[in-house]
Formats: sequence, C-alpha cells, structure tokens
Amino acid sequence: AHNTLVRGMNITNSTASDGYLHWNDLLIDISPFAWANIGVSAAIGVSVLGAAWGIFVTGSSLVGAAIKAPRIRSKNLISVIFCEAVAIYGVIMAIILETKAGTPPPQFMVPGLEGVYKLSFSGYGIFAAGLVVGLSNLCCGICVGIVGSSCALSDAQNPALFVKILVVEIFGSALGLFGVIVGIIMTAGCSFQDTR
Amino acid sequence: MAGDMMTFNIKDGFMEAVCRGFRSGLLNTTDYSNICQCDCLDDVKQQLACTDYGDFLSNEHPPIATTTIAEKSTDKLVQEFNWVRSQSTAPLTKFLDYIRYSYMIDNVILVITGTMHDRDPHELLEKCHPLGLFDSLASLCAATKTSELFQLVLVDTPLAPYFSEAVTDADLDELNIEIIRNTLYKAYLEDFYKFCTAMGGATAEVMGDILKFEADRRAINITINSFGTDLTKDDRAKLLPSFGFLYPEGLTRLEQAEDFQGVRDACECYGPYRNIFADVGYSSEKSLEDAFFEFEVAQNRLAFEQQFHYGVFYAFVKLKEQEIRNIVWIAECIQQDQKSRINQYIP
Repeated sequence: AHNTLVRGMNITNSTASDGYLHWNDLLIDISPFAWANIGVSAAIGVSVLGAAWGIFVTGSSLVGAAIKAPRIRSKNLISVIFCEAVAIYGVIMAIILETKAGTPPPQFMVPGLEGVYKLSFSGYGIFAAGLVVGLSNLCCGICVGIVGSSCALSDAQNPALFVKILVVEIFGSALGLFGVIVGIIMTAGCSFQDTR
Repeated sequence: MAGDMMTFNIKDGFMEAVCRGFRSGLLNTTDYSNICQCDCLDDVKQQLACTDYGDFLSNEHPPIATTTIAEKSTDKLVQEFNWVRSQSTAPLTKFLDYIRYSYMIDNVILVITGTMHDRDPHELLEKCHPLGLFDSLASLCAATKTSELFQLVLVDTPLAPYFSEAVTDADLDELNIEIIRNTLYKAYLEDFYKFCTAMGGATAEVMGDILKFEADRRAINITINSFGTDLTKDDRAKLLPSFGFLYPEGLTRLEQAEDFQGVRDACECYGPYRNIFADVGYSSEKSLEDAFFEFEVAQNRLAFEQQFHYGVFYAFVKLKEQEIRNIVWIAECIQQDQKSRINQYIP
C-alpha cells in the first residue's frame, strides 16, 4: 500500500506494472524511510571515520615526538580532543535526525498527494542532511588531524609555536560546525509523524 | 600530494616524529662555541656530556684519542639508525637500506684494496664503517680476482645488480679500483634516484633535489681528480651519473674540460654552483670540498621543512655525520694547538 502511495507521484504514466522502464521509476520506488535511515547512518558513520582518521594521524606523531620532548604530552592532547569533537557533532546530529525519522505511528496514512509529498520530502531531507554532516565532518576530522600532527612536531622543537598552530586547528574545527548548522536548518521541516 | 599527507602517518608517522626528535638533539651554535673553547680533550668530553651525547665517553680512560671520539660518535649514530630501521616497515625499510648501500660500497672497496696490499683482515674489518657491515664482508678478504668476488660473495648481497655493470675481467690495480668504486656508486645513485621518483609526492621532490646535487658533486670531483691521471675522456664520461642538474649539457661540457677553469666554466650556468665556485675562488681559505659540504648541509636542513616524507631520515643521517666530522675536527685542532677552524654549524 505504501508503494502505491508513492507511485501516485509518478505522473508520467508508465502504467506497465511488470517492471521499471526508467531510472526514475526505480528511484521513486525507494521508500522515503530507506532514504532517511541511510542519512542517519551516513551522519554518524562518516563522521566517525573522519574523527578516527584525524586521531590516528595526530596520535602517531604525538607519541613519536614525545619520546624526545616529554613536555608536549599533555598540551597536545588538545588536538586529539578537537578531533573527538568532530565525532560528537556526528553523534548529536544522528540523534536529532533519528528522532525526526523515527517509527511512524501505525495509522499513518495521510490521504492524497499531499501526504506523499511530505513523506518524500522528509525522506530526501533527512538523507541529504546526513550526507552533509557526514562529509563535512570527514574533511574536518582529517584536516584537524594533519594540523595536529604538525603542531605536535613543531611544539617539540619550539614551544612558542604551539598556540599559533592551535589557532589553525580551531579554524579547521569550525568546518564541522558549519555542517551541523546546515544540517539542522535543512531538516527543520521534516518529519514522519502525522502532524495534521 | 594530499593523499600522501593523509596516509603517511599510518605506517611512518611515529618514525618520522622520532627522527625529528633525534634531529633536535644535534649540537647547536652555543654547544659548538663551548667545545671550541675547551683546552684539552677531557674538557671536550665534559662538554659533550651535557648535550644529547650523554655519557658515551665515560668508559674511556684518559687520555682520550680523537679516534675514540670519532668511533663512539659513529656508534651512537649507528645505534639510532638501527633502532629506526628495525621499527620501520616497507617501503621505509627499503629507503633506509638504500642509505646503507653507500657505506657498503665503501667498505667493499676498502676490503678489496686492503687485501691487495696484504693487510690483516681483522684490521680491515675494524676500519669498515659500521653502517655498512654485512655478513659476507669477511670472506671478501679471501678473493683475489674480480670474477671470483662476484660469483662467490657479492651475488647474495643487495649490491649485486650494481656489480654486474662494473665487472670485467680486468685485474685489480690501483686505478681500476677507483673506477670500480665510481661505477658502483653511479649505479647506486641512479637506482636510488629511480626509487625516490617512483615513490612520488614530497619524497620525490625533496630527495630528488638532494640526490641531484650529490650526483653533480660526484661528477665534478671525478673530473677534477682525473686531471693528473691517464684516464681517457671516454672512460670519464662513462663514470658520470646520468641525472642531476648538470645533465645533459653540463656533463658534455665537463667531459671536454681540461683543467679547473674548464670545470668552472661548465658549471657557470647553474646558479647554486656558480656561487660555490665563486666562494672557492682565488683564496685558499675554503676548499671546494668545504663549499660542497656547506651547500649539502643547507639542503639537508631544508629537508626538515616539509612533513610527511622520507627525506628527513636521509637528511638526519647526513647531518649527524657532518656533526661527527665537526667534532673530530675541533678535537684535532685542540690536540694540535691550532685554533684555526673551519666549521659549518647545524643549529
């Protein structure tokens, strides 16, 4: 029943019921619930990928440099914390998106085209928001990681450089924040609940 | 290049950080001036104890000879190098092995020359550079002909491909030894260069520059050294490596050169070399070798400016060597009461 609801959107009248004639048919037939949940998984999965990448890049340099310059140990953990923050952005967004994409009540059946539009819109919206957050956190994590590694190495040689390079990391961190903000704005109107 | 940055730390980030830690332990200007002000070698030992060298000389009874200082410093370098090498993974291991090959080549030639002059094998082995030791070095002493050398011993070592280009049935005499050494070195340099360019990214850039300079320096030295001997121009041409800033036009001009002035003319067009020759010029303060060393130190220092490449390991080994040379030079000057010193500081 759900699929026929969605197929109602396909106005080009490919009435043949025995297969897909265009790519459009296939894409339309993917349930909005699928789109939404893939978005949620992208949000958390890809962000964690970025954060982990960043942490290993920073961590290996930190461990090596701390052999000869033990004083840098505690200060440079800040770089690792910045990378971790990226993963936290991902978790927060995933939770927010999941509450929007949660289980619809069983009697969800908004009659007519308008309900179908709302379902599709929500599905696509949550998918895209998840992608936005995931990809921006991926890049942010890698960026903060590489800068953090250089920070550890240069701090080992010259302590005055630490704070200056930290500023670069802060700017890099802001990238992840951009992704979260845009994601929240995108999904402001999305919901699978019956909000008649 | 971006891909390089992102994935380098997986395998080699730790090693690079450690190498940089070693590099920050090199002596700096204050240390050098302290050492220069010492009056005797015991003072030198005390000064060195305050730096990264620590107590490495503490087991030696006074009076200490300069050779002991040289030996112990080299030992320290070898220790650090072997530690780095044992922890590394490919392709870093291969890269570090390439660094060792040049020492191996020197050792092999040393052993061959020594055997020819009928020196004691143990004495020879002690004189070998520790970074270039390998198992079958001792059995080299037993061989007398080049073909024997190759078949019995060298075919198992990594130097084998270099030998195949050099080996003929020529007898081992003074001149030919040098030719063998230079042909070996040429093959090694070209191989190393190919390896670095194949690795791509920042390594290719940095190491490419360093190796090109090394190749040119060899070319110039070969040309200058062959002025007094009966090495024909064609033989000389065969010994010059086929890459470097001077390749190919400069090399053809070098081949034609008849004397020092000719060499200088050949290198005129290349900015950095012109400066080197200008320094050397008409005063006897600085020899060509010293000018080359200075330039090499400057280049090696530059190698540390970039992150995420293997050049730092090579540069560190070379800088440490230069530092050992500096220390030995200062120690010798102190011992012989001559305070005129020629140093290149490495802060």
